[in-house]
Amino acid sequence: MNVALFVFATTFLASAVEAIEMVTIVIGVGATRGWRSTIIGAAAGFGVLAVVVGAAGAALTRFPIDSLRVVVGGLLLVFGLQWFRKGVVRVAARGLAGLGQLDTEDADVWTGPGIDWTAFVLAFKAVVLEGLEIAFIVVSFGAAANTARTEYGPALIGGVGAIVVIGGIGLSARQAVGRIPRSLLQLVVGVMLTTFGTFWSMEGLGVSWPAGDGAILGLLALYAAVAFGYTEIQRRRIAVLRAAIS
Amino acid sequence: MIRRVGSWLFGFARFWYEFVIGDDPLMALGVATALGATAILLRSGHNAWWLTPPLVIVVLGVSIRRMSPG
Repeated sequence: MNVALFVFATTFLASAVEAIEMVTIVIGVGATRGWRSTIIGAAAGFGVLAVVVGAAGAALTRFPIDSLRVVVGGLLLVFGLQWFRKGVVRVAARGLAGLGQLDTEDADVWTGPGIDWTAFVLAFKAVVLEGLEIAFIVVSFGAAANTARTEYGPALIGGVGAIVVIGGIGLSARQAVGRIPRSLLQLVVGVMLTTFGTFWSMEGLGVSWPAGDGAILGLLALYAAVAFGYTEIQRRRIAVLRAAIS
Repeated sequence: MIRRVGSWLFGFARFWYEFVIGDDPLMALGVATALGATAILLRSGHNAWWLTPPLVIVVLGVSIRRMSPG
């Protein structure tokens, strides 16, 4: 296979994995908190990313990405757990009421005049961290492709192409995501933020995950099972309370 | 001017408090403890990938219980 094509395909696939994480968070936060601040946060993240990548260039691989993973992962984990908990409590209390309708009644949807900084920060951090990881992949694969000359062009097309393709798929799913009841959506996004937060923070600390990036799916399955179990326990607790009152 | 800067700083601090601590400090404390313990185990040569997820699940369960009425 042609070296340039091989670099493009490898970079595209590796970047697509990171882009899925980025787009999942941005779409989940946008659907839960509102789109305006989420899009501004994501755009600001891409702006910062462009400046950092443009200034550092090939020296980017010396950036302390592990420290960034610990900070961003830790913050996503504590925030994700808050949504996880609220989601469990709300789904247990309301069930799947509102499924298939555009639900706009929820305390967590930003209705204020200015920026919703929570949505902004979540989208910004996801774009900067995952965008930096894609930039690392581009630089690493581009430089390692050939000992005689580098292949940054195909690597760059592969990295940017992955963001565009995955971003496009995410945007096309926006409408469908918006029809999920907010209480359930908050639980789902809480589970996802907790999954990525756990994975990134521990990877940044130096943990070597069994199955590498595949551990994300394992964590997701574990936390989804926990969400189901805690929701059931909470539902029964509410039923007992209601029976005691009536 | 000073009042405006002070108000901005207060708002900034309050935002991060809400973001990290929220309405139950237990979860931030639990996450910090889990990550700290993982870091200590890593330094002593143990690949402690198994520590944080169960601790997170326990802390979440306790927090849900604390948030529930009754």
